[in-house]
Amino acid sequence: MHSASKIAAILCGLAVIAPAAARAATRVDPQDFETIERGRYLTVVGDCAACHTLVSSGHQFAGGRPVETPFGTLLSPNITPDPETGIGAWTDDEFVNALTKGTGRQGTRLYPAMPYTYMTKVSREDALAIRAYLNTVPAVRNDVKTNQLPFPFNMRWVMAVWDALFFKAAPFEPVHDKSPEWNRGAYLAEGLAHCGLCHTPKNFLGADTGQKLKGYALQGWFAPDITNDQRRGLGGWSVDDIAQYLKTGHNRTSAATGLMSETVSLSTSHMTDADLRAIATYFKDQAGQQKDQKETRADPKDATMTMGKNIYADECSGCHTPNGKGTPDMFPSVNGSPVVQQTDPTTMLRVVLRGARSVGTDGAPTAPAMPAFGWYLNDDQVAAVVTYVRNAWGNSAPPVDAGDVAKARKDFIQRSD
Amino acid sequence: MAHKLPAKDVVVIGLGWTGSILSYELADAGLDVVALERGPWRDTATSFPISYAQDELRFRIQHDMFLRPAQSTVTFRNNRSQTALPVRHLGAFMLGNGAGGGGLHWNAETWRFLPSDFVLRTHLTQRYGANFLPSDMTIQDWGITWDEIEPHYDKFEYLCGTSGTAGNLNGNIQQGGNPFEGPRSRPYPTPAQKQPFSHTLYAKAASELGYKPFPQPSGNLSEAYTNPLGVKLGQCTYCGYCEWFGCANYSKASPQTTVLPALVRKPHFEARTECEVTRINLDSSRKRATGVTYVDTSGTEWEQPADLVILCAFQLFNVQLLLLSGIGQPYDPNTGEGHVGRNFTHQTMSGVIGFFDKDKYNFNPFVASGSIGMCIDEFNGDNFDHGPLGFVGGGYLGQVQTNGRPIETTPLPPDTPAWGAKWKQAQRDNYLSAVTATSGCHASMYSYRENYFDLDPTYKDRFGRPLLRMTMDFHENELKMSAYLTDKFAEIVQHMGARQVVKHYRKGPYDVTAYQTSHLCGGAIMGTDPKSSTINKYLQSWDVPNLFVQGATAFPQNAGYNPTGTVGALAYWSAAAIRSQYLKNPGPLVHA
Repeated sequence: MHSASKIAAILCGLAVIAPAAARAATRVDPQDFETIERGRYLTVVGDCAACHTLVSSGHQFAGGRPVETPFGTLLSPNITPDPETGIGAWTDDEFVNALTKGTGRQGTRLYPAMPYTYMTKVSREDALAIRAYLNTVPAVRNDVKTNQLPFPFNMRWVMAVWDALFFKAAPFEPVHDKSPEWNRGAYLAEGLAHCGLCHTPKNFLGADTGQKLKGYALQGWFAPDITNDQRRGLGGWSVDDIAQYLKTGHNRTSAATGLMSETVSLSTSHMTDADLRAIATYFKDQAGQQKDQKETRADPKDATMTMGKNIYADECSGCHTPNGKGTPDMFPSVNGSPVVQQTDPTTMLRVVLRGARSVGTDGAPTAPAMPAFGWYLNDDQVAAVVTYVRNAWGNSAPPVDAGDVAKARKDFIQRSD
Repeated sequence: MAHKLPAKDVVVIGLGWTGSILSYELADAGLDVVALERGPWRDTATSFPISYAQDELRFRIQHDMFLRPAQSTVTFRNNRSQTALPVRHLGAFMLGNGAGGGGLHWNAETWRFLPSDFVLRTHLTQRYGANFLPSDMTIQDWGITWDEIEPHYDKFEYLCGTSGTAGNLNGNIQQGGNPFEGPRSRPYPTPAQKQPFSHTLYAKAASELGYKPFPQPSGNLSEAYTNPLGVKLGQCTYCGYCEWFGCANYSKASPQTTVLPALVRKPHFEARTECEVTRINLDSSRKRATGVTYVDTSGTEWEQPADLVILCAFQLFNVQLLLLSGIGQPYDPNTGEGHVGRNFTHQTMSGVIGFFDKDKYNFNPFVASGSIGMCIDEFNGDNFDHGPLGFVGGGYLGQVQTNGRPIETTPLPPDTPAWGAKWKQAQRDNYLSAVTATSGCHASMYSYRENYFDLDPTYKDRFGRPLLRMTMDFHENELKMSAYLTDKFAEIVQHMGARQVVKHYRKGPYDVTAYQTSHLCGGAIMGTDPKSSTINKYLQSWDVPNLFVQGATAFPQNAGYNPTGTVGALAYWSAAAIRSQYLKNPGPLVHA
């Protein structure tokens, strides 16, 4: 609760600094409605709730959700305003530094599961708006032991070395020969929306490689290439297709499932159409991959392809249709699909073996699901149908063999849907 | 002692077609709604996925999706001189179970009744005189008119995406549609399904005989469709696994494919599955429902208070819950007084098998959908002069061959042995070249004084509650009508070019073991007089105004059509009355 006198004091303070126009750009009033509302929107764009809320607890932003990394599992911290277990006692500078530089309160290092490597592009003004919003959510006392990593990764000082190698704190610099829309898209996609956290390939220490947005396997899925690559990326999608996908989880050829369905559900479906189009404009301007998949495609005369074709006709064509084009906004097209043609077949194997529910949104509530076939088709059959679909109708992607399927099965069995 | 839960605005009993529609409409009006469903949650990709949806043994023969009689059943007898026995294996009708209810396992034949069906007693009496009707026939007017119900048929069809050809658009007769249908305000939302060979041949023969054939209105969609709730259906693949099955392709209209995805997004809606309502609770005045009592799978008993109770169970269980809860005066066949349990009807089905030359005809019967077919309506309702015929009622005659499933599709000529090499040869010779309409003569059953429900004096369910007892037999009027229709249908099949036509007349007595349809109607009927009806024209209980009773329970008698279109229309009609009238001024909507 804020007393009237405190509000009056702040208003007086504002009156004093108001003439200092130059400083006003970074001066954020934490009680201003527009600031708080903008901060709320920015937490949606940043999808902060995804990691910082353990849904079963019923407490938004109170942390405790396990976050899987290749090095072990972390628990997300409490970012409610609770002074002892949350961030209520943090100064604005401490908050901005944590978000954009990866430094904790006493100079400790955050792990880059917190995407400060992306958030570094967030302007101070936006960071403080986020803070202003987070100050308004109910304070929850929840002391989370975030660091659950095994030795040696549990030693936070290691991150100083990692940061020195892989991290450069650098605010977003607009590119002057690009449109304001492109720059808005770049600011969001490279920063707050942290698309690359999943979609950019990582090196053995978990840092982004130079292959920006060209796809990366994580948590039993493959986050596909989202550059403008004609075969594996968004080359075949218009700006509208991308914006519609982000808004509703569905478009004329595709449907969001897996990790992306949570992102659509919590974040992108609540973003403004202008921001979604800006992000789409930016993606459409990202250069695709150097070599085309065609070099590695399966031979259509191969016995595996024949077997796959028959399985496709029996099991898949009812929904995905005989020509693979599916039904717009309903059953994804597998003909020309980037997800199908990723070099890494993880997502396709996941969907065939385990099934997948597409996301339901207000714009597209149906949420049709792909049933699981793993109980029903053996490794050879799955390999055949996956290889066939990856190489039918002009599709092209490396064949998948029974060993790949067996390996994927073993991994997926440990994962929840 | 039941554990008392926090009150809700609305409790809905049963989450089939009507429960889903009413839940959506009332949640959409901003009310806090909880639906209690006796069976499990059911979902396309996990409950009937494409990898085993088409398993005839599992779903058709072993009744995978249906209510287990051990959970609840009814007792049956043909007449009052007999002792009723429990139905221990579902036969004459199927009882859905779980989210979606009967809307999951139906064939999706989506008809409207005729305008005259809603004013049946008045209409027949005016045309033929009061003495024309059998003295024990208890048919009634519904209390609503065509103009009142038409917009709600329209709403249900646009929810489902129904595929069909309009026959009467705002009074203008349309080529290719049913010229006998009541005026419709809009065409069907999607075009009629394409018709396979035998269905096309039937339409040609019917035309040559002077009839006006038209495609059966289908809830298996001819093309992908997005309904007004934003929910999308796919295109039917003609797999022929519709009735008894869930559709794995999202192409059969069901609560799952039309309402539930939008309903579960409503913030004030909650579904509790595997929760069986055991009674509707009344206050001491017995004029007001206070909520319901239900039992979960652990056996724990819960009391759910609510301001409004919507009874949306299957017809039989609507009637049973009313009787067990002491709502309304039970019907007494001795005096004809009372109303809960009266006017119980089913359907009068018959048909023919046409055997064709196997070297000339290959019908590929497995290319089908549950509501595929060409029909004629010349012999439905009162579309023809009954004066010289000495009966009332009728039905549509259709080559509605919904499947060629391997276990049940055995179109064998008379005198074929029941097993062995000759049986196999006959099956081989006739499977592809016989016409065996699933709904050949789909005819009405009118209501009679001695066809009714009451509580069984002997048999009880697992909670110790009396089972519902059905007393049901065919009457001479229906058997005469059915014979007349069967002969007419046989003429058309003969004209198609059959070398042999075998007629299967409907014969009495009513047999509870042989499947007819799942179209059980009546028992808590709508009407204008609280003495002879349980609910008013808005499906509101005369006795307990904060209780609405949905479904075919309301039909005073059954028409010569599949009932679901009318069930859906009544649900929207009732929901509209609740939203526009009841919520503003809770109380009786009709003062009798």
